[in-house]
Amino acid sequence: MALRARDLEVGAVFEEPVVEDLKRTQIVQYAGASGDYNPLHTDEVFATRVAGYPSVFAHGMLTMAMTGRMLTDFVGDGRLTGFGGRFTAQVWPGDTLVATATVAAVREQGTEHVAELHVRTVNQDGVEVFSGTATARLDP
Amino acid sequence: MAVDRFPIEAGHIMMFARSAGDPNPIYYDVDHAGSSEVGRIIAPPTFVQAAAQFDPDYPLRPKIGQPWFGSGREPSGAAGGGGGQRDSASAPPGGGVGRGLHAEQHFEYHRSLGVGDVLSVTTRPGATWEKEGRRAGRLTFAETITEYRNQDGDLVVTARSVGVRTERAAAS
Repeated sequence: MALRARDLEVGAVFEEPVVEDLKRTQIVQYAGASGDYNPLHTDEVFATRVAGYPSVFAHGMLTMAMTGRMLTDFVGDGRLTGFGGRFTAQVWPGDTLVATATVAAVREQGTEHVAELHVRTVNQDGVEVFSGTATARLDP
Repeated sequence: MAVDRFPIEAGHIMMFARSAGDPNPIYYDVDHAGSSEVGRIIAPPTFVQAAAQFDPDYPLRPKIGQPWFGSGREPSGAAGGGGGQRDSASAPPGGGVGRGLHAEQHFEYHRSLGVGDVLSVTTRPGATWEKEGRRAGRLTFAETITEYRNQDGDLVVTARSVGVRTERAAAS
């Protein structure tokens, strides 16, 4: 079900846990689906011994895909008109992430009703890993 | 990246949604999707990133018969223990090799994207800029604009990606 503009207030918050104790295998699963097999994400030996990181880490785009799940659960399928942001910290195996959308504005654009959202995903320590915005078409 | 043909396929969408931990039936259940507002299995919001699968030259996929820089007998498959991959000057912006990391990603959605569509993908460079980082040394940012068009030539998604290259490994 899509959101209705008349039910939505500025400041309303939708929050969803999107991963608990991220597994290396899920990172590899994303590598396989997306096609990005960078050894920094898929190869612990390379990531630690060649590249100097403490372990493999998640693709920024995996964090964004998980954050996108929260958004579509909130606004409905096929309703997003924009979604973007910055990867503000790396996501590591073992991380637990919660994604949040906050309604920044609800407006009419021609005949359409549009929500502007602030989007934020944080890890178990409260560190922000993704920060951005999204826009979505609403029902009246 | 230039991709002539990125067919949007149901199995691919199912695997992509699974990898993101997204159980939404709109991504795998034909009956559910068919009776929904969107009318078919659609692509998740970040799915177009998987166009890399259809880019013959994509550098972050092992290619048949070619060397791969991940670990095998040695920590790095590249001769000399990593060589080019550690050289930030050789890392493609936004590509993620070695010191190249993904800093930002923005999508604009113009049209519905779902199973049966066939996209073509073109990219062009955007702005570049530099910044001094606290732990990673000099940071070089480069923007890439990617347009995804469907089989009718209509613009479906516009993406703006920002890649950053760092002098040193920066563990968050």
